Amino acid sequence: MADTVENAKNTPDTEQPWAELGLKEDEYQAIKGILGRRPTGAELAMYSVMWSEHCSYKSSKVHLARFGQLEKTTPRGPLLAGIGEQAGVVDVGNGWAVTFKVESHNHPSYVEPYQGAATGVGGIVRDILAMGARPIASMDSLRFGRLDAPDTARVLPGIVAGVGGYGNCLGLPNIGGEVVFDDSYYGNPLVNALSVGVLRHEDLHLAFAKGVGNKVILYGARTGGDGIGGASVLASETFDADGPAKRPSVQVGDPFMEKLLIECTLELFEADVIDGIQDLGAAGISCATSELASAGDGGMHVDLDLVPLRDSTLSPEEILMSESQERMACVVKPENLDRFFEICAKWDVLATVIGEVTDGDHLVIDWHGETIVDVDPATVAHQGPVYNRPLAYPHWQDELNASTSADLVRPQNGDELAAALMRIAASPNQCDKSWVTDQYDRYVRGNSVLAQPQDSGMLRIDEETGLGIALAMDCNSRFAYLDPYVGAQLALCEAYRNVAVTGAQPVAVTDCLNFGSPEDPEVMWQFSQAVDGLIEGCKALGTPVTGGNVSFYNRTGDVNILPTPLIGMLGVIDNVADRVKSGYAAADDVILELGNTNEDIDGSAWASVMYDQLGGRPPAPNFAAEEALGKALVALAKAHLASSAHDLSDGGLAIALAESSILSGLGAKVKLEGDPFVALFSETPARALLTCSPAALEEVSSVLASHGVPFAAIGQVADTNELEVEGQFTIGLESLTSSWKQTIPATLGVGV
Amino acid sequence: MALVVVDVMPKPEILDPQGKAVTQALERLELPGLTVRQGKRFEITVEGEVTPERLEQIKQAADMLLANTTIETYNVRVEGQ
Repeated sequence: MADTVENAKNTPDTEQPWAELGLKEDEYQAIKGILGRRPTGAELAMYSVMWSEHCSYKSSKVHLARFGQLEKTTPRGPLLAGIGEQAGVVDVGNGWAVTFKVESHNHPSYVEPYQGAATGVGGIVRDILAMGARPIASMDSLRFGRLDAPDTARVLPGIVAGVGGYGNCLGLPNIGGEVVFDDSYYGNPLVNALSVGVLRHEDLHLAFAKGVGNKVILYGARTGGDGIGGASVLASETFDADGPAKRPSVQVGDPFMEKLLIECTLELFEADVIDGIQDLGAAGISCATSELASAGDGGMHVDLDLVPLRDSTLSPEEILMSESQERMACVVKPENLDRFFEICAKWDVLATVIGEVTDGDHLVIDWHGETIVDVDPATVAHQGPVYNRPLAYPHWQDELNASTSADLVRPQNGDELAAALMRIAASPNQCDKSWVTDQYDRYVRGNSVLAQPQDSGMLRIDEETGLGIALAMDCNSRFAYLDPYVGAQLALCEAYRNVAVTGAQPVAVTDCLNFGSPEDPEVMWQFSQAVDGLIEGCKALGTPVTGGNVSFYNRTGDVNILPTPLIGMLGVIDNVADRVKSGYAAADDVILELGNTNEDIDGSAWASVMYDQLGGRPPAPNFAAEEALGKALVALAKAHLASSAHDLSDGGLAIALAESSILSGLGAKVKLEGDPFVALFSETPARALLTCSPAALEEVSSVLASHGVPFAAIGQVADTNELEVEGQFTIGLESLTSSWKQTIPATLGVGV
Repeated sequence: MALVVVDVMPKPEILDPQGKAVTQALERLELPGLTVRQGKRFEITVEGEVTPERLEQIKQAADMLLANTTIETYNVRVEGQ
């Protein structure tokens, strides 16, 4: 017997499990205030999932509003869709538009690594699909506890297999991302999945339900009992040590169903039979119906009995909350229904009319002929609680910034410099990630121009002109811990640079802001600082934030993760034939170091790897220098003057030199000015390594000079098997390569 | 020698993509009305007698390796002594 609206009116004093559903007392009272009565069980289920941190952004909303001050324009023209849509849409030229977004699936991936990561990929792909775009690639930023920690051996292989399994089955190339290790992620790995899609301008679709009498259709997989309440329970709470029994059920994905959903949806768009569309992600039908209805101009009536179920025993509350994967909802005009069902039948996709748009302004849901939900959909979808949570400057911040790396003993001679380089190159954060990326298909669909281990992934969009895009995902969370404002800006700069070194012009940003508990004022301060830093950085670089995701409650016990404001940067390249790779191209090419090097050792890979030390001040971002460098790199690529380019970031020049040699199998001979330790290991931003043929040097120099980029010729590529730093050390490439390659396989095993 | 069987099945509330694929294939083969859920069966040959301690060991094996207890359930039974 369902709890009907009528029943709720008659039994105002019934006890309801609002606390178990994650609502706070005042939130429950607010719901009663909105409705003028107690909510029914089904309404309570809807409000609780939609008002969860994950769906309502209740702690971050006041801060995210500040992104509104950014211009909705990229260096290539106005945004076609921005924050607030399922994903931002960027005009890349020639009538093409690109939509991209990153989203977290952190907590589910800890509970069930394979399925958690797999459904994370599936969810973000549906967001892209809902914009009317064909998904064309994925990327993932993954963060784990220490590589040799016992649970990493469970979590990492599962997550990597899940990302690979789902993406490979969908036929989407995975073109890059990050794999980062730090103790703070031990009981709380981060899975930030990015998807990118492409569409013609005229095919852009935005979700809304208008037109009385239009039908609301649910299509894709049946609704089952998986992930019930996952959105509110999984994303809002932390895990207790006595875990397993309390683990809520997770979702299992079916990538082959998703593939059908993609092809079916794209054909539906092409046939022009969809008026509004929404993917079903967290909060399932609750989210899809309330968002579609509140975005439209009328009300909506849904008959919940019509929802196709996998398990006939599900209660209406469970149907509303279920997070069964591979489902979409849309609004279709009655005259288009036949064509709609015809297309769904062709793709073997189950589609069911579950309701229609009405002329009221309420979302009304019936079950067995009785009304169990009667609400203003905007109060569910958009008018959730907004918290202005207290911020506090962390009590440990000054001490952290004061404990610099100055006291750490630095290498005293060439041998010690060489030993440090070898050790950092083999450290988990700097070593070869092939163990991970080899499980992903990088080249399916035939348009991947660059993929891991290049600085960014690059895809061809237009086969006639060679127009393409580049994507990079970056965040140095050690810097963000030392200073979240500057750390967010440095993440932005690094992603900007990684796109630019490949020859693409950076144009727009998606972000995934991963933080600890918002109920901890010190975490909220970090969050607020990161948002402000990001806004100022985006203003300076002219790259708008187009959308993204916030993930709170990332902590193990009382330990919050390092603040991780991950940046995904989209770049555009007019012709992918102009792209530049990071490995050396030919012996005798001149090696140039671009940008100025300061003594930036605090928070560096050197301090972390050699001393496990984190303290002091991060490097200062320099946006003018970053932009000049970016423009010069794009100009050099376009003129085919650069034979290789590699960004300088973690591990500084030392690691860039090592990687450029390892990737090409060519040696190098360089000579350093000033303190060789600082030259090699400082992590000053706005720097890159570039090579060109001796014949091109003069022209390269004049391009760099005209952009105001400081540079120095530091050596040349050599047809030897050695990396030689004159007067300091010579390292054999063979031993460098093998120690760089062996770190992950030696810990996790070679077998996959 | 004794035989202990461990049957592993996806939890009832969890989607079973393999079972779904088999169900659909049966429909295409014109064998409708058969809904399949697919699990796996482990046959474990035990040296000596199946003591309660031995069964406990097998349950441990199921918890740690044979089943993913987040999304699967298992059942242990002695098939023949």
